[in-house]
Amino acid sequence: MPVTVKTFATSGEAAAALSSDRGARYLGGGTLVMRALNEGDIAISTIVRASDHALMRIDAAGSRVTIGAGVTFAKIIAERDLAFLHAPARSIGGPAVRNMGTVGGNLFASSPYGDFTVALLALDATVAVQSGLGAREVGIEEFLQSRERQAGLVLSISCQKPASADAFRYRKITRIKPKGGSVITLAAHLPTSSGRIVGARIALGSMAPTQLRAKSAERALEGRPLDATTISAAAAAATEGTSPTDNALASAWYRREIVGVHLRRLLSGQE
Amino acid sequence: MLELRKDIFADERDDNLKEIGKGTQRQDMLGHVTGTSTYFDDHKLQGMLHLKTVRSTHSHARLRRIDTTDAERSPGVRRIIRGADVPRNLNTLLSLINFGIDDEPSLAVDKVRYKGEPIVAVVADSPREAYEAMARIRIDYEALPSVFDVEEALKPGAPVVNETYPKNTFTYYDKYDHQKLRFGDVERGFGEADHVLEQRYQMSPIEHAPTETNGSIAAPDTNGRYVVYTSTQALFFSVDTCAKILDVPSNTFHFIGGTVGGGFGGKVDTITEPLAILGAMLTGRPVRYMLGREEEMQYGPPRGAERIYIKDGVMRDGRVVARKVRAYFDSGAYTRLSSYAAVKCAAHLPGPYTIPNVYGDVYCVFTNRTPATAMRGFGVTAMDFAIECQMDKLANLVGMDPMEFRILNAYRDGDMKAHRREAKNTALIECVQVAAEKSKWPLRDQFKRASSRKDGGGSRAVIPPTPRDADAQRAAALQQRTTYDRAPAAAVREAPPASQPSPPPPPRPQAPSHGAARFSSVFGTRRR
Amino acid sequence: MSKSALQFLHNGREVAIFVDGGTSLLVTLRELIGDMTPKFGCDQGGCGACSVLIDGELHLACLTLAETVSGRAVETLDGLKDGPNLHPLQRAFADNFAAQCGYCTPGMLMAAKALLDRNPSPTRADVVEAISGNICRCTGYEPIISAVLVAAAGGRTRA
Repeated sequence: MPVTVKTFATSGEAAAALSSDRGARYLGGGTLVMRALNEGDIAISTIVRASDHALMRIDAAGSRVTIGAGVTFAKIIAERDLAFLHAPARSIGGPAVRNMGTVGGNLFASSPYGDFTVALLALDATVAVQSGLGAREVGIEEFLQSRERQAGLVLSISCQKPASADAFRYRKITRIKPKGGSVITLAAHLPTSSGRIVGARIALGSMAPTQLRAKSAERALEGRPLDATTISAAAAAATEGTSPTDNALASAWYRREIVGVHLRRLLSGQE
Repeated sequence: MLELRKDIFADERDDNLKEIGKGTQRQDMLGHVTGTSTYFDDHKLQGMLHLKTVRSTHSHARLRRIDTTDAERSPGVRRIIRGADVPRNLNTLLSLINFGIDDEPSLAVDKVRYKGEPIVAVVADSPREAYEAMARIRIDYEALPSVFDVEEALKPGAPVVNETYPKNTFTYYDKYDHQKLRFGDVERGFGEADHVLEQRYQMSPIEHAPTETNGSIAAPDTNGRYVVYTSTQALFFSVDTCAKILDVPSNTFHFIGGTVGGGFGGKVDTITEPLAILGAMLTGRPVRYMLGREEEMQYGPPRGAERIYIKDGVMRDGRVVARKVRAYFDSGAYTRLSSYAAVKCAAHLPGPYTIPNVYGDVYCVFTNRTPATAMRGFGVTAMDFAIECQMDKLANLVGMDPMEFRILNAYRDGDMKAHRREAKNTALIECVQVAAEKSKWPLRDQFKRASSRKDGGGSRAVIPPTPRDADAQRAAALQQRTTYDRAPAAAVREAPPASQPSPPPPPRPQAPSHGAARFSSVFGTRRR
Repeated sequence: MSKSALQFLHNGREVAIFVDGGTSLLVTLRELIGDMTPKFGCDQGGCGACSVLIDGELHLACLTLAETVSGRAVETLDGLKDGPNLHPLQRAFADNFAAQCGYCTPGMLMAAKALLDRNPSPTRADVVEAISGNICRCTGYEPIISAVLVAAAGGRTRA
C-alpha cells in the first residue's frame, strides 16, 4: 500500500490526524521519518505535515526562550540570541542535516542521535504538546520517559537562558571530526549563587536508550563550589544510573570508562 | 604533495617516456565532475521491477519451513524466488579456476550459516511493495549452536559451519587443512637466539563501505540474451559466475560495467547479479537488485578478521634468526576468496626480511560470520600489521632503533625468500631511509649507506636444511594440477641444494603448480 | 488516488509531475525526471551523495519528501555547468584530482557550491565543515579540500 501524505494548515488538525491513525507519523525535517520509510518501515502508512507558521517561530528576546518544533538547527545557529545552543546545534550532522533536522524531531531521535535533546535536558526545558485534549506543557524528562507512547504533536520547546556563557556547557564525543555519531554526549547547566552551584543539571546522551540525567553527579555538585574536589566527586558518580549499550561507534564498556573522564573535562573547562 | 624520488634506482629506469611520470587527466574525470559518468543504477528502464531478499535473522539455523504463500498474494508482487528456482544453487567463486568446492547457495535452502544470509527473493513493482511482501513471509528456524571464533571453530566438537568443509577449514590440494611454509629449522633458531618473543595479534573485519552499494540491473534483451548493468569490479569473472549459477552459456549475457562507485575489493563477489538476472528471466522484466546501506554494511562481505601468533628468535645484535607464524583467516560461513588470501599470506611470510629459519601455518577457517572477501592487499595487510608491530617490539627488546632494526633485517637483492624465490628489486631499505629522512629521524651512517643492492645473496641465497613434517612425502606427491598448469610458465630458479643431513631434497615449491597463483602478484616476475 | 501533483523548478526549468505518497526527492529526480546526478548512497542521510540545493540551501534528496519542494527551486549537479563551460568548482575538481570513483562527486560539488555561494573566501576549516556531511571513500578528502580552495581563489592554488 502506498503511503498517504496529509498536509494541514494548523497544528491542531495535524495533531488530531496523528491521534486518529496508528500508522501516521509526523514529518518535520524528514531525517527520521523518511529514513524509516526508505529502510522499509511498512508500519508507516500516513505522513502528516503541518504548514503552521507557529511551528517555525523562535522567541528568544527575553530570559525565557521558546523555539518552535519545526525550527531547524541551521536556524538556531543563525539566531544570535540563541548563542548558548549553537554548540549543540553545530554538533549535529553536516550542513545538509542541519538545514533539515528540527528541534522537535530531535526529541524522538534515539541513541546515537538526539544530541540537541541532551542540551535541552540539561536546561530543564519544557515541551509543549498538542493532543486531542488540547495543548499542554510537559517537563522534558517526563516527556522523554514516555516519548514512545506520546500521542499528539510537539509544538515547541522552551527553557530559561543560562545566566552566563560559562553556566552552560556542552560536549559531544565522536570518533571522527567534525562530523560523527555520538560516542557520548554531555551537557551541564551549572547556575551559581555566591560561588556555589545551585540547581545543577547534567545530561548524558548515548549512555542509555534515551537521554538521561546524571543525578548522582548533580548531587555531588549541588551546593558546592566548582573546585577540584567537587569535580572529582561528580566525575566519579557519572556512570550511576546509566545503561549504555554496544553499537558500531563504541562499546558499553568504553562508554562507561570515558564518561567520567569527559565530565571532568567539561566541568573543569578543559579542552 | 606527491614526490617521485627518481634519484633512487635511476639506472634501472628510462625516464624519457611520453606518459609515465607525466601528469595526465583521468579519462573519466570530466564525466565525474559533470555527473555524467554512468553507474549501474543510472539506467532507467521501462517497467523495471525491484528485488529484495529476506535474510536470515539467525547466525546458524536449520530452515524447517519457508512459507511464501501469503507473500505471493501481496499487492505488486511479480515473483517470489526460492533456492529451488536457482538452476545451480551452489557455487564457490574460485571454481572458475578449479580452486575449491562449491559451498555457497545463492538462496539458502536447508540451513543458514550466517546472520543476513539470503533465503528468499521478492520481485515487486516497487520497493515498498517488496517490503510489504517480505513482512508476510514466514520462516521457521531451528537455531543451531554458532561459532564465531577461529580457534574455537577448530576445536573438536565445534559446530560444523559448512558441511562442505566438515573440519571448518578450507581444504588445500584435496587433503591439507592449512597452508604450510617450511624454511630452515626454526626450533634450532630459537635455541640459538638470545631472546625469543611470542605475541598474539587480532584484526577485526573491515567493511569497504563503498559510497555506491553493491547492485545490478538485469534486463531481457533480444535473442534470449540479458543486458546486465552492474557495479562489479570483476566483470568477466562475474559473467562466468552467473553463467555457472544460471546454467547457461556465458554469451547469454551482455555485461555493462566499469564505472564503479568505489569497490576496494568488496565488489568482486557477484552477490547481486545472479538473482537480478534470474528475476529478469522469471518475470520477463528488467529487475534491479541494489543493496541498502545497512545490508551493505552488515551483510556485504568485509575484509576477514585474522588472528596471528608470531614467535621470533632474535640475537643481541638485532638479527632475527627464526620466525614462526600461526595465522587464522576468518572466512566467515563460506569460502569466497579467503582460501586464496591464505595462499598469499603464506607466500608473504616472513615479511620483507631475510630470516634464515621460517615456519608458517596459515589456516582458512569457517565460522558463522559474514563471508569475507577481497580487500586491498588481503592476505598480506593484517599479517604486515602483526609483523611490523612485532618488529617494533623486537627492536625495543634488543635496544635498537626501530628504523635501523628494519634496515638490518631487510631483504636484499639476491637473498633467498622463505618460499624459495630469489628476492629481486627489493627496496625496503630505501623506503626506510626516505621515511627516516622525511620524518627527520636520525639514522647512523652505516644504515644511511645501506642499500638493497649491496650485501645480499651469497650465503643468504642458500636454501637452508629444512626438517620435513611427517606427511611431507605425501604432500609432494598429491599436488593438484589444473588444466591451466600443463606447462608451468615461470621456470623455478632454484638455488643449488645445500648439503642435506638427510635425503631426499626439500619439496619443490608448490605455489606455481596451482591455478590460484595465476592471478597472484606474489609469484610474478618483476623488472630486471 | 495516492498520487499527488507536484510542480517545482529543476535547475531553472519548471517541471510538473505526479508522485506516489512517500516518494523521496531523490527517487523523484532520478526515476521521474531522469536527472541521475544525485546518487543513492545510503538513503539515510549519512553519506551526502544525494546532496542538492533547495532554494539555495543544501539538502539531502533522499530524506526530502517530494511534496515538500512544491513551488521551490531545486538545483543539482546537472545544472551546474554554464552551457558548455565547466563551473569553476568542476574545473578545480578535475584539475586537482578531487574525484576517483566519482560517486560522491555530485554531492561534494553541491556542498561546495552551497559554501561558496554564501562564503566566497572560505578558510580551510570552513571547507572541511562544509563537506563534513559528504563521505568520500577514495580520495582521503585532501584533494577535494584543495579543489574547493582553488575554485574560491579563482583557479589559483592557494598556500
